[in-house]
Amino acid sequence: MSSKPKVAFFDFACCEGCQLQIANLEEDVVGLTKLVDVVEFREVLTGHAPEYDIAIIEGSITRKKDEERIKDIRNRAKLLVAYGQCAVSGGINRLKNNWESMDDVRKEVYGDKSTMPHLDTYPTKAINEVVKVDLFIPGCPINREEFLRTVKELLMGKIPKLPNYPVCVECKFKENACLFDFGVICLGPLARAGCGAICPSNGVPCDSCRGTVNNPNKDAMHEILKKYNYTVDEIKRKINIFGVNPEVKQ
Amino acid sequence: MSKNNIKIDVEHVTRIEGHGNIVVDVKEGKIEKVQWQVPEAPRFFEAMVKGRYFSEIATITSRICGICSIGHTFASLKATEDAMGIKISETTRHLRELLLHGETFQSHILHVCYLVVPDLLKVNSVLPLIETHTDIILLVTKLHRLANELCDCIGGRTTHPIRARVGRFSMLPNKKELEAIKKRLVDSVDDLKKIAGVVQSLAGNLPDFKRETEYLALSYDKEYAFYDGDCLTNDIKKTIPVREYKNVVNEFIVPQSTAKYGKFNRDAFMVGALARWNNNYKQITPLAKEVGKMLGLDGVNYNPFMNNIAQVAETVFAVERAIYHIDWLLNNDLKLEETEVKPKAGRGVGAVEVPRGVLFHEYEYDDNGYCVKANCVIPTNLNHNNIQLDFEKMVPEFMHLGEKELQFHLEMLVRAYDPCVSCSTHYLDVEFKK
Repeated sequence: MSSKPKVAFFDFACCEGCQLQIANLEEDVVGLTKLVDVVEFREVLTGHAPEYDIAIIEGSITRKKDEERIKDIRNRAKLLVAYGQCAVSGGINRLKNNWESMDDVRKEVYGDKSTMPHLDTYPTKAINEVVKVDLFIPGCPINREEFLRTVKELLMGKIPKLPNYPVCVECKFKENACLFDFGVICLGPLARAGCGAICPSNGVPCDSCRGTVNNPNKDAMHEILKKYNYTVDEIKRKINIFGVNPEVKQ
Repeated sequence: MSKNNIKIDVEHVTRIEGHGNIVVDVKEGKIEKVQWQVPEAPRFFEAMVKGRYFSEIATITSRICGICSIGHTFASLKATEDAMGIKISETTRHLRELLLHGETFQSHILHVCYLVVPDLLKVNSVLPLIETHTDIILLVTKLHRLANELCDCIGGRTTHPIRARVGRFSMLPNKKELEAIKKRLVDSVDDLKKIAGVVQSLAGNLPDFKRETEYLALSYDKEYAFYDGDCLTNDIKKTIPVREYKNVVNEFIVPQSTAKYGKFNRDAFMVGALARWNNNYKQITPLAKEVGKMLGLDGVNYNPFMNNIAQVAETVFAVERAIYHIDWLLNNDLKLEETEVKPKAGRGVGAVEVPRGVLFHEYEYDDNGYCVKANCVIPTNLNHNNIQLDFEKMVPEFMHLGEKELQFHLEMLVRAYDPCVSCSTHYLDVEFKK
């Protein structure tokens, strides 16, 4: 029997783009398989295991039966990691929570068949709204380098830490011109860094897909909004895409 | 247990994108139940985008699928541009086609090499092959990396591309980057031939099974259709405009699936690489045709397992066309466009061929550019009904092999369709009832 840590991957409601980032590690995946024993990963291999040292979870919970499944996984896992924004905050799946009634959401997609029982859904929950999560790897999609670093740190017995400074810091390091100066509203001042400011570096505003820093500097954000003539509502609307509520006060 | 009794109950078929179940119940040689089920959690995208601004829509609908996020982005942008009457430049068009070929390259390599080859070698995943077939696996990762880096170079990121926007690209690749990628693509053709050789040595393990069906794909007079075209099947003579897609896909809801099903002139149709090949193979490049032929795909083919082979031929095509588009970009002055979009009310449809088949997005916008209605028709959904009918023909033909082999073949069939159930919602679990 192998003494390598047993690792399992699971997905719930999501696009599976984060597990693709693992495949996209290419040759590094080959290296990773020498350090851990991947015992369950439905998209990649056929097989099941009774318990796991590390369970890595993608996606959010939107049905009662998925809630039972994640609880069962939690019971059999020593450590549980939520990776990708769907798992961390509910991600874009949370957009449907803006609707007043889930019946209307179902009707919008399935029309007059929407009451069929198998099409049931409830407001999207992040993984930690159902079970205890030991570690978060945010992002839509995750930054695969961050994923690799996190796994390595875990294997070395360290507790990985997320950057707690805004995307603006990384954006300045990249020497990008500020998008606000071009008349574009950007969530960089509130958003959690760790992506290398990838969107502003490609000429597109930050959507805060990694959530916000723990204590966003609201005063600075208000100053920026005032300077460039934007309202708090515009920021709130934008930050809603990836399911983050920063509680920005007027 | 008598050999005449078979019970298969596979919950969550593995090595596919998303969740699907297979249920087979045979009692004393009599088939009581054969069913393909899709229990994936539905995600309600059409509700998510309602009320969002037109420039945000592709950001959201790209998240329907991580594997074909580039295709979803383009179907979405095309629909929005159609609704608002926005025209794109020649440069943007070449960049989009290049990016789309990059995605096809990436997705087909991933599917054939990581998910299907293990079946042909009768191992449970690609992981044991790292030990037993190291050189080939390293070659595959090299190609997969190249495909992803091509997409990074053009789209800013391979999964959920950043630079592709309504009417424009937010940033352009520089010529040095394009030249470097081109050189690697040219060199990769030899690597692809090696991969095709490996597939050739295993192609004999693909099950011998045939069922003719209706094949639906985009058709374009100028080339083997991916980015542009109208709807065509082998059952109609004249193409149907993309804007009339609803008359072609005819989606309906069934109790065994959270994904919608579709049909047109027959009880079911097939979309994807084999459908594209069957309808358009005369337009594919000579090298891709040659690779297809080498692997037993010569002209129209009714074996759904050959979808994997059509994917190998299309990979070659994608690389050749990517080189063509890079050459165009290298020979022209590229300028960043500052397209100012004035939102207006309207309804638009966008269609592209993504790795798993034809994809449609439709949106309706109000005067201020906010989405009031959306509909996304996902290729994996369109295949569900065809998988069911394949199952119904396969079970009696393969049940003499016994439960284990029958289950293996049914799972392999599902994988051959390269289903992306997270897109379509998610699927594959097999249940053999005894």
